[in-house]
Amino acid sequence: MGAETIISAASAIALLLMCAAFFLTAFRVIRGPTLPDRIVALDMLVAIAIGFIAVLAIKTGFNLYIDIAIALGLVGFLATVAFARFVMRQGMEPGEEEPAPAAARQGRTGGKRRVRR
Amino acid sequence: MMDLVLALAVGAMLVAGGVFTFLAALGLVRLPDVYTRMHAASKAGTVGSGLMLFAAGIHALDVAIFTRALAGFVFFVLTAPVAAHLVAKAAHGAGYRLTRLTVIDDMREAERRDAKKR
Repeated sequence: MGAETIISAASAIALLLMCAAFFLTAFRVIRGPTLPDRIVALDMLVAIAIGFIAVLAIKTGFNLYIDIAIALGLVGFLATVAFARFVMRQGMEPGEEEPAPAAARQGRTGGKRRVRR
Repeated sequence: MMDLVLALAVGAMLVAGGVFTFLAALGLVRLPDVYTRMHAASKAGTVGSGLMLFAAGIHALDVAIFTRALAGFVFFVLTAPVAAHLVAKAAHGAGYRLTRLTVIDDMREAERRDAKKR
């Protein structure tokens, strides 16, 4: 069993696990009942993409991919911070949290200021 | 021999990173509210992708590339908690509720006390 075999088997396992993780996270992005859920899931998607890039860097031997991963991490962090500022400014939309039927959830009213409990 | 040890280390890190990432995604799907989901995603997810980046740095066998990979890893470890904290603070401030299983919400009580003082 050579070194090449070990690396290729490990990267295949890692790619498989990350594929499953990607689909689970995408499910949360689509389903996520609230906006912060989707923001967290998008942050997680960026992390998974960085993992994919690292595995590809090992598989193909192009070490330039690592720089791309660092740049993607920077962009993901900034995007999450911007989304958090957006949530802070805009506040919760009325009726966003109640497990309402799909018809009621579509008729959203925009422009409401934040609701304090 | 040296090759084999290196390949074993890189392979173990890759598989461990994959397992961490998968568990983070599982937590994202299974946990009940935003705050707990954030806890899964920001800790396990960061360690998962960071381990993979570290493995890529080791695999290259080059000091320059290893340093870059290490810098990326440190950057993720520094920024993930900041981002998660910001999202949590924004969500709590906007009034997103915690799950019904929550035992204590210190921040809400502190806000109430502040409101009473004014």
